[in-house]
Amino acid sequence: MTDHQFKGLSPQEATLRVAASLKQRRKREKRFRLMGLSAVALALTFLAVLFTGILSKGLPGMFQYYVELEVELDRARLDPAGDLSAASLYSGDAEALILEASLSSIGEEGGRKLKKALRKMVSSGASIRLIEYVTDNPKQLGTTQRIKFAVDDDIDSFLRGFIKRETPEKDRRIDDLTIEVVDKWQQAGLISYEISDYLFFGSASRDAEMAGIKGALIGSLLTLAICISIAFPLGVAAAVYLEELAPKNRWTEIIEININNLAAVPSVVFGIMGLAIFIVTFGMPRSVPLVGGVVLALMTLPTIIISSRAAIRAVPPSIRDAALGIGASKMQVIFHHVIPLALPGMLTGTIIGMAQALGETAPLLMIGMVAFIVDIPAGFTDPATVLPVQIFMWADFAERMFIQKTSAAIIVLLAFLITMNAAAIALRKKLERRW
Amino acid sequence: MAFTTLLIALLTIALAFHVVASQRVTKARNRGELFHSLPNYYGLWAALLGFLPAAILLVLWSLIDIQLFQHWVRDFYPAEIHAAGGSQEVVALAKVENLVAGVRFGEPEAWVVEASNAWTAWESNSTTFKTVAVLTLSLGGGLFAYRKISNQFRARNAVEGIMSWALISASTIAILTTIGIVLSVLFETIRFFQLVPPTEFIFGTEWNPQFEGAERAGSGGGEAKYGMLPMFTGTFLISSIALVVAVPVGLASAIYLAEYASPKVRSTVKPLLEILAGVPTVVYGFFAALTVAPAIKGIGESLGLTVASESALAAGLVMGVMIIPFVSSLADDVITAVPQALRDAAYGLGSTKSETTRQVVLPAALPGIVAAVILAVSRAVGETMIVVMAAGLAANLSFNPLDAVTTVTSQIVTILIGDQEFESAKTLSAFALSTMLIILTLGLNFFALQIVKKYREQYD
Repeated sequence: MTDHQFKGLSPQEATLRVAASLKQRRKREKRFRLMGLSAVALALTFLAVLFTGILSKGLPGMFQYYVELEVELDRARLDPAGDLSAASLYSGDAEALILEASLSSIGEEGGRKLKKALRKMVSSGASIRLIEYVTDNPKQLGTTQRIKFAVDDDIDSFLRGFIKRETPEKDRRIDDLTIEVVDKWQQAGLISYEISDYLFFGSASRDAEMAGIKGALIGSLLTLAICISIAFPLGVAAAVYLEELAPKNRWTEIIEININNLAAVPSVVFGIMGLAIFIVTFGMPRSVPLVGGVVLALMTLPTIIISSRAAIRAVPPSIRDAALGIGASKMQVIFHHVIPLALPGMLTGTIIGMAQALGETAPLLMIGMVAFIVDIPAGFTDPATVLPVQIFMWADFAERMFIQKTSAAIIVLLAFLITMNAAAIALRKKLERRW
Repeated sequence: MAFTTLLIALLTIALAFHVVASQRVTKARNRGELFHSLPNYYGLWAALLGFLPAAILLVLWSLIDIQLFQHWVRDFYPAEIHAAGGSQEVVALAKVENLVAGVRFGEPEAWVVEASNAWTAWESNSTTFKTVAVLTLSLGGGLFAYRKISNQFRARNAVEGIMSWALISASTIAILTTIGIVLSVLFETIRFFQLVPPTEFIFGTEWNPQFEGAERAGSGGGEAKYGMLPMFTGTFLISSIALVVAVPVGLASAIYLAEYASPKVRSTVKPLLEILAGVPTVVYGFFAALTVAPAIKGIGESLGLTVASESALAAGLVMGVMIIPFVSSLADDVITAVPQALRDAAYGLGSTKSETTRQVVLPAALPGIVAAVILAVSRAVGETMIVVMAAGLAANLSFNPLDAVTTVTSQIVTILIGDQEFESAKTLSAFALSTMLIILTLGLNFFALQIVKKYREQYD
């Protein structure tokens, strides 16, 4: 037809060339595959390293060392007014009784130096513990009882081996005398290693051995309660409007763009908004679960709206048509059919949003939930802190024992998150319907 | 607490109206009268009118009354506080509010006592008026609704009208939030730019707002400088390190999971990777500061390098790990969206799987992958806790990953944590930084969306 010259290879040559290249290509195939596999392996290794790191530090943090002392519950000295009231007990001499008990535990009369050392060895919360013991067991007054007290965090670190005996005395946080006492206690079998009751029932404290997460946990629950009671109804309502009622016009488009943008705004920005609007403009108090919950609700709203819309979209149109066909109004279709059918999907999205809110720290720092709060919050307008913020604060403290407590708090937080996510998955599996 | 009590009262009233109204219609229907709607709708109608207006009034009143008190209490301040203005007034207000709350620090001044007495009086008056007004409105609304009930009254349509307005207002919350975010940073940013010229802020290479106090007190020690470049280079450095980790690992695992892995492997590995995304950032921050940073310092020093104890590398690496699942799940979605026909065609021509992936699937998925990477950048730029805990606060203009750097978000948090004075350039600078951060992240987002829109292939 033309004098077009065929410049390609002849079939034989082509076959030969392909055959020659095959080995190379297979090798490359293998390499590519291996690359993908190693990427997955690497990511999973990161996961494993992260979790073993947290677990190895955190599980010991759930425990702490206690010393068992024989305390003489002297009525006159513990309860000078004799009415067992808090005022009377706190004006009493619990501290001295504990000091005497520690002296007798090592069989010494005690010089000044020894007394000074002993005072620092038992947790400074010991006298409160003794008072609580007396309040709970008023009948024991006048007897001598064996009571367990937490040891000071330095002693705890020493018993765990973080403070080494070999270190020269002047570089150590505890002196030789203290170590001698600890040895005596250990020989007498007075030291025990138990699940830390302070961790779960104590609230924030500067003393590592007394610090606990109860206050933060309750703060988190209060904040989440506000968050869910705002974000869930609003999110579902917005999703219903956008999917079922909204006309396709400029206004709806603006709303959709806004929702997508909000999903991408860094969380710290929501905190700044909360600070500027709720605290500065509206004069709401700082560090309260109410404001924290509102800020987190605004932050999780896009997540809930997006997943609720997907759930509504999954309800087949035939159901709507059937309901409309037998005379239901548009609203009746929505409230009697669409929402109940889409509810599992909406709840799944909400739980995931709540898990996100539970782990969030930065926006709450902005509205002052970082304050040092000792009291357990009792309501939505009490100053409170939340678990992630508590973790953030503890991570800043220098004492060795705070590292373990922080890791223990992280384990509690992760346990909550994993439970929530597992619940979401289970809910989806159980209630998911195929049409 | 008056608010909760009143709210419960309102709910009770609404419930009572619901019962009364629906009972009345039910009875009439039983007598054989015909009604437009079902009894339940008449009940809802009465309940909604009894509840909604009163509840709205309650919320607004509760938000506004403190504002008014704060405004009125100024009349009690002594002249010198008025003259000093600014932070002095904030302190004065705090004094009064503390005394109102019953917190006493020493013996309060006479005017503080007077002001707090007046405040308490306003508060109790306001509570009384609020209670009366809210309850009247609730009863009035309910009665009005109840009296409107008749055989002809279309209660269902009325209730549905109210509901659809409620749904519409719920969907505008997204817009209100955006407006709230913009307004909350805008005014303070403008005020900041009145104190510090924008050019100095945008092109300045020094950042040391901590000298602000010393400068105002006139005690010397240095001049406060507000140049944002060190923070942006720091953000850029840490984000780049994060992307160097996250993009190859995330992309390669997405390719493996989408193209090679058996369904069983896929269904176990994907949720495992998503656990990484669900770990709170404060946990990553703790891990970076406590485990990764010392390890990097140790390794670096054994190689004879000087490593800052809060190096950009540690924060970047950990942030990278955090972003891996983000990249991999977005990329996975894009790769699985490439139609099977393209792959089959490539196999038909004799390509191996890797050749198909590299030369057919990835080019087809490229716009989506680029968008995923840009979204990951936006995520890294806005990430806060990791950098607050692990990257430090030294505003070094440095590109060395072993140096300590600081980022936009960590400076915002550092400045705004705890109590602030809204008069000082230091506090305001955090708002200017936030504006820049919002512009940057939204810009990246917009860019990603445009790429997807422009280059998306329509296969069917």
